[in-house]
Amino acid sequence: METTDLLLLARAQFGLNIAFHILFPSLTIALGWILLYFRIRYARSGDPAWLATYQLWTKVFALSFAMGAVSGITMSFQFGTNWPGYMLAVGNVAGPLLAYEVLFAFFLEATFLGVMLFGMNRVPPWVHIFASAMVAIGTSMSAFWIIALNSWMQTPAGQVMDGGALIAGDWWQVIFNPSMPYRMAHMLLASGLTASFVIAGLSAWRLLRDATDASARQTLRTGLVLAAVLAPVQMFVGDQHGLNTLEHQPAKIAAMEAIWKTERGAPMVAFAVPNEVTHQNDFAIEIPKLASLILTHELDGEIKGIDAFEPNTPPVLPVFFAFRVMVGVGVLMLLFAWTGVWITRRGALPPRWMLWACAGFTFSGWIATLAGWLVTEIGRQPWLVTGVLKTADAAGHASGPQLGASLTLYIITYSAMFVAYMVVITQLAGKGAHA
Amino acid sequence: MNLDLPLIFAVLMGMAILLYVVLDGFDLGVGMLMPAATPAEQALMVASIGPFWDANETWIVLGIGILLIAFPVAHGEILGALYLPAAVMLIGLMLRGVAFELRVKGEGWHGELWNWLFWFGSFLASFAQGWMLGRYITGFADGFLYYVFALLSGAALCGGYVLLGATWLVLKTEGALQQKTLAWTRWGLMWVALGVVLVSLATPLISPTVQAKWFAQFPFVPRSPWVMLLPLATLAAGWRVWRATGRLKKDASAPDWTAFAGAISIFALAFAGLAYSLFPFVVMDRITIWQAASHPSALRMSLIGVVIVLPFLLGYTVFAHRVFRGKAQAEPNE
Repeated sequence: METTDLLLLARAQFGLNIAFHILFPSLTIALGWILLYFRIRYARSGDPAWLATYQLWTKVFALSFAMGAVSGITMSFQFGTNWPGYMLAVGNVAGPLLAYEVLFAFFLEATFLGVMLFGMNRVPPWVHIFASAMVAIGTSMSAFWIIALNSWMQTPAGQVMDGGALIAGDWWQVIFNPSMPYRMAHMLLASGLTASFVIAGLSAWRLLRDATDASARQTLRTGLVLAAVLAPVQMFVGDQHGLNTLEHQPAKIAAMEAIWKTERGAPMVAFAVPNEVTHQNDFAIEIPKLASLILTHELDGEIKGIDAFEPNTPPVLPVFFAFRVMVGVGVLMLLFAWTGVWITRRGALPPRWMLWACAGFTFSGWIATLAGWLVTEIGRQPWLVTGVLKTADAAGHASGPQLGASLTLYIITYSAMFVAYMVVITQLAGKGAHA
Repeated sequence: MNLDLPLIFAVLMGMAILLYVVLDGFDLGVGMLMPAATPAEQALMVASIGPFWDANETWIVLGIGILLIAFPVAHGEILGALYLPAAVMLIGLMLRGVAFELRVKGEGWHGELWNWLFWFGSFLASFAQGWMLGRYITGFADGFLYYVFALLSGAALCGGYVLLGATWLVLKTEGALQQKTLAWTRWGLMWVALGVVLVSLATPLISPTVQAKWFAQFPFVPRSPWVMLLPLATLAAGWRVWRATGRLKKDASAPDWTAFAGAISIFALAFAGLAYSLFPFVVMDRITIWQAASHPSALRMSLIGVVIVLPFLLGYTVFAHRVFRGKAQAEPNE
């Protein structure tokens, strides 16, 4: 088999795994804090509806956490099996960051999760609340270290050469590299939005079955309000993240906007089918000068096109479309959340069409998150670590049949797990947790 | 301060892997014992590991993580050679974990399927781990006999995990179920004996390095009386497990933790023996821990994290086990 095909197989396998994995942390990072909020509300009010809410969402959390944990373990193996060159080249920087994730975060959440799930009747309330807080802190710390590593790969800083080895000269710069604060804020908000839409959506599903469910009414409102607050903040942070990318990874921006040639007064491409062969946009609908205005705040500002980065250019088509999916879904989520908050003001039960729409939006956060992830990870190609290591140079020596067989196994397992997860989540919600 | 960082990380990695094997070993063992129990007993067995399995499984990430960050050359070499069995093990762990959660959460929805998958995932992961161990010990040598050895090693580790699972249940259950677990314990112990003897005989035959470590003259003259301590202690631990089950059979008030402690000792001793055979190699006869180690700056940074976290880690692990001490109960609100 051709080396490029093998590389593609290795990437497909790792990409599938990591895409599957990211679904669950993107839900649990924020859900951990929301659970803590439910738990404290129950401790303060003694209201059985809050207890029912807490118990239902703990189950959803546990199931999602398990899905994230098992697919995360797979990743710790695939680093070595699919990308041995990665650790050899940059392991001295990446290794400790991964170690800190496992040490500071993974154990914390996994251990206290047991107490949180099964310990309510075995420990005093304050210990139980403490355990819930540790789980929330653990999931967020986990995100912190992983985002630090991912951001370092996007915008490396703080590394030096020692003999032939690349090592960290300044850990502070490695961890808080240029894109890290933006990416971290963007990811945490994405998780908050994902979780609030899942909560609102499943609550709407419960209300469709039983309109008197007090617990579901509480959580529908919680989810919508949270989403309505977070969505505009996310737009602002996303924009800032984009400007940061323009400064540090301009090739990614060129791909996101499908700008092939460097020009002044670049138009904003509203829609097009980027053509990788002719390096032009087919069926383009453009708004003159808008891209220059947005990105440089000048009508005639110069925007670097793909041609400025040859031969190290990312594929344009997937980045261009994924970016539009992310922004489009994000705008819909914002409009929907605001409408929902307006309709449910003063505790009114929304009309059935609204509940159906809400249920339909349940997993919108996943679509936006995955699309955003595709933008950022495909957009940095051909680099694995920008300017330091190319993806092709990190690939392993697994043979085609090995990669193909394991990829097939993973696809079957993940599809089955995903279907089972969705069925059980909807079933849990449908059955409700009556107070 | 001039620390031998690769050595420190080799010890830490060994500890993490041993802890994983013991802790997740009893989870996997309980999973493999599921078909031998009635539905009511299965509920109790599952409840006994419910609060722990997530955290237990995490130790494999630390073990593999240390291999990845401290000995990256060896990580690529080992997991490259074990590509397919590693994938099979991971799928086994996924099936086990997810079936476990779905079994509890999806009440009534395909209960039998989850039970079966829980068993199957546990078995698949255990067997694959044993297979990988067999391949690893022989330095990934190719040949029919080496694969037969890996097959036997896979079966032996399944038996070992059954022993751990059964003795854990001796500790966590009572009455008729506890009596059943005593029989399971003895059955597991026989498998373990077979496995330990097999590995102890095969490794010196395969590797001259290992032979020289244990024997002045193979197979009857040990290198020194001291190296005989390990096999003798293992034998004593096995005898202890056997006797503990015998006592509990006659008298239900006899100590219920000795069998589990004995099973852990067997694993710890076998592990020590393996470590002694291998050291200082991380890939048999080819790569030493010093050759495979990362840059000192990376190891130092990681060590700082370990030193800060390890006391807390052990502290809250003990805390979690104290919260759920005593006999398992089927949780009413789960």
